[in-house]
Amino acid sequence: MSVLSLERVVVQHGLLRAVWQLDLEIGQGETVAIVGANGAGKTSLLRAVAGALPASAGIIRFQGQDVSRLPAHRRLRAGIALVPEGRRLFGDLTVEENILVAQRHGRKGPWNLEAVLEAFPLLRDRRRQRAGNLSGGEQQATAIGRALVTNPDLLLLDEVSLGLAPVAVADVYRSLERVIGSGSTVVLVEQDLERAMGTADRIVCMLEGRLVLEGACSELTSEQITSAYFGLAASERGGS
Amino acid sequence: MEWVNAVIQGILLGGLYALFACGLSLMFGVMRIINLAHGDLGLLAAFMLASLSDAAGLSPFVGLLVVLPGAAAVGWALQRGVLMPSLRAGELAPLIATFGLSIVISNMLLEIYSSNSRSLDSGALETATLKLNDQISIGGLGLLIFGVAVALLVGLQLMLSRTSFGRAMRAAANDADTAGLVGINANAVYAWAAAIAVSTAALAGAFFAMRSSFDPSSGPVQLIFAFEAVIIGGLGSLWGTLVGGIVLGVAQTVGAQADPAYSILVGHVVFLVMLAFRQGGIFAVEARA
Repeated sequence: MSVLSLERVVVQHGLLRAVWQLDLEIGQGETVAIVGANGAGKTSLLRAVAGALPASAGIIRFQGQDVSRLPAHRRLRAGIALVPEGRRLFGDLTVEENILVAQRHGRKGPWNLEAVLEAFPLLRDRRRQRAGNLSGGEQQATAIGRALVTNPDLLLLDEVSLGLAPVAVADVYRSLERVIGSGSTVVLVEQDLERAMGTADRIVCMLEGRLVLEGACSELTSEQITSAYFGLAASERGGS
Repeated sequence: MEWVNAVIQGILLGGLYALFACGLSLMFGVMRIINLAHGDLGLLAAFMLASLSDAAGLSPFVGLLVVLPGAAAVGWALQRGVLMPSLRAGELAPLIATFGLSIVISNMLLEIYSSNSRSLDSGALETATLKLNDQISIGGLGLLIFGVAVALLVGLQLMLSRTSFGRAMRAAANDADTAGLVGINANAVYAWAAAIAVSTAALAGAFFAMRSSFDPSSGPVQLIFAFEAVIIGGLGSLWGTLVGGIVLGVAQTVGAQADPAYSILVGHVVFLVMLAFRQGGIFAVEARA
């Protein structure tokens, strides 16, 4: 059964259409990477799934339930958590407060403040610091921890490596392996194709708001993805 | 010794200003809304207490048990029915909406109660004094108002910093869109913030009405003092609000000591000096130091 099912979803920013009638199914425990050039609609799609941006048309089903009209806070309680692009931490709150505020409003489960500090040891010494004063890597770890403590069934990660030093990216992905390894369903938007292919089970490539390539990482070549990424190939679908 | 007395009386008066200002500061800090009806909402509570006193002979302190929950409900409804819809029309819309509300409330009060001045009877507190020496004595009511103001501001600060609701309020104030992504219903948080703010305005209105005479046109004047206290102390800072209220109160009483005609003027001058040289307010300057 699909955890997430998108049917002809349209997302618009005013008159500008960011996502065009997109269909997508994501299964339980899958890790799916959405790749595409800037402006492909990846972030708009994730934000629409999380409820941060309303879908103009189409249906978003989560665990069989139509959540298209639910506000973001109710989708979170249903089990969808987004780590937004740019982290979007509450800069005036400490690391601990950022995590606790999400824990309080999220769902009960294995993830809590202590589990996050264990998964991201770099945060332990920073827990009482204001989130606005952290380094990029520490902020990203806090943002991921903040999403995890809501104990989501579906974790959406938007460009978690953006703006980070390579060492920090490696740290973040090392910690994410634990999340992915625990059987969680994860959708990540990633610019780094190699990292996306190394992390995900399946790749979805978007171009100008449309899904142009979809397939298991093991069945797609870098050339196929690069070609779709830059719009050099007509819409094609690999095995999934 | 007369000047020392003026400073002490100013500190106590500052408590009332801080009480009026804390709701204004809270609404601005959480929602970035300046509620121009804040003074009138306080005054509305004072008239409600006067009506309860006239109709049922209730002391204003007992009347507050009815009026404060009512004020909270008004604040909630104000956020849901007026501020939230007006926010969608842009940042200026809530300012205009609350300005309109201020006019509606003052005209409604004028229609119902006429323009006659009146005051609330605080009973034995009105004449109770604490004598420090032959020349300085502190009024019981002033002391109570100051104590309530400090307790309220400390309580609000503790609520914001130590409770999960306070964290949610600060998170929503920081970034309402992202607050939704961590499960916070920002509109509900805003409605609670408005409920608390209008309740504090009602409390301040009640104490103002016990301390001096009031009429339907008194609201905007209290709004100006509250606004000045917030600016002097530092916009959005509760500690700053207390400090700002005290500075304004002391400026007015020291000005009055020099010449009673200068009382209000000196307060306004201090406010203007602060605007000209320390726009962030006293608290913001201290925080940077």
